[in-house]
Amino acid sequence: MSMNLLRLFSGRTASAPVARERLQILLAHERGLRGQPDLLGILREEILAVVSRHVVLDPEKVIVRMDRGRSVSTLEVDIELPNGFDKRIAAAG
Amino acid sequence: MAKVLVVTSGKGGVGKTTSTAALGAALAQSGEKVVVVDFDVGLRNLDLVMGAERRVVFDLINVVQGVAKLSQALIRDKRLENLWLLPASQTRDKDALTEEGVGRIIDDLRSKFDWVLCDSPAGIERGATLAMRYADEAVIVTNPEVSSVRDSDRIIGMLDSKTVKAEKGEQVKKHVLITRYDPGRAARGEMLSIEDILEILATPLLGIIPESQDVLRASNVGSPVTLNNAASAPARAYMDAARRLMGESVTMTVPVERKGLMNRLLGRRAA
Repeated sequence: MSMNLLRLFSGRTASAPVARERLQILLAHERGLRGQPDLLGILREEILAVVSRHVVLDPEKVIVRMDRGRSVSTLEVDIELPNGFDKRIAAAG
Repeated sequence: MAKVLVVTSGKGGVGKTTSTAALGAALAQSGEKVVVVDFDVGLRNLDLVMGAERRVVFDLINVVQGVAKLSQALIRDKRLENLWLLPASQTRDKDALTEEGVGRIIDDLRSKFDWVLCDSPAGIERGATLAMRYADEAVIVTNPEVSSVRDSDRIIGMLDSKTVKAEKGEQVKKHVLITRYDPGRAARGEMLSIEDILEILATPLLGIIPESQDVLRASNVGSPVTLNNAASAPARAYMDAARRLMGESVTMTVPVERKGLMNRLLGRRAA
């Protein structure tokens, strides 16, 4: 009670619960990946290999992002294609 | 039966060297024969914290390479006759330590001492893996702070997979030592609580060392805090931790906030 009152007056909220939750989510993932190959790296490379079989890619225009949530994680692959990339394919083919 | 104990953490600056010196001295003060071994090649500091920096002639690498005998490299503490130091080298060559060489020295130390305390370097590279390689027990020094807890978790994973014990299907006995604990900040919810840390790391608690001026003062003068000011709160916490290592059951003291005079006069409650 006194702790809550103190927080009310100081205008700050306790940050420790946030720290705890962030750590729990992070470590659950890290422990699962321990001793295993870098999944993110493999996905990135294989996806790029597939795409570059059909399109000429600038490796610097490829952004791979991972967002780990408590129940769901997302892998976001953002590939910037130059205009007219499909014509280049046709020309090459 | 000698015990090899690694003091480790992953993260730097959490208090490994201070804790190695304090626990080593506390065990020696309890009558155990102790050697503290500095594995931080290139960045040795245990000699400084122990107050033996001007007495280093030979070091761990000299012994590994056969340049010096173990007995020549060991430095006896001037205050405690059953406390010894094996310093690290200032040589920058990280590869100077070999697994076989370290194994031979640890075996030799086992036959001469009750406790072999290995002060690990920070990180997860060769020095850190060699420091833990032959350990029977491990003290994981952790600060109540996210990056330290994450690194401790990583180190616990390594203790469970990369040590000789783990490879034999046995377990390194692990203990968490929480250092730089600030009871005021914990009470205000600004710092991970002891319960949070223990739940996350799922490892038993060896002790809680409060953040204290006495720790800095002790390293300033080159004396383990348990020797320099035995009555201080951190010294008592280290002493209790050492007794737990020896198998005694000692009630855990959770540091509490000491209220300043002004606060007391004004009748303030600091939560």
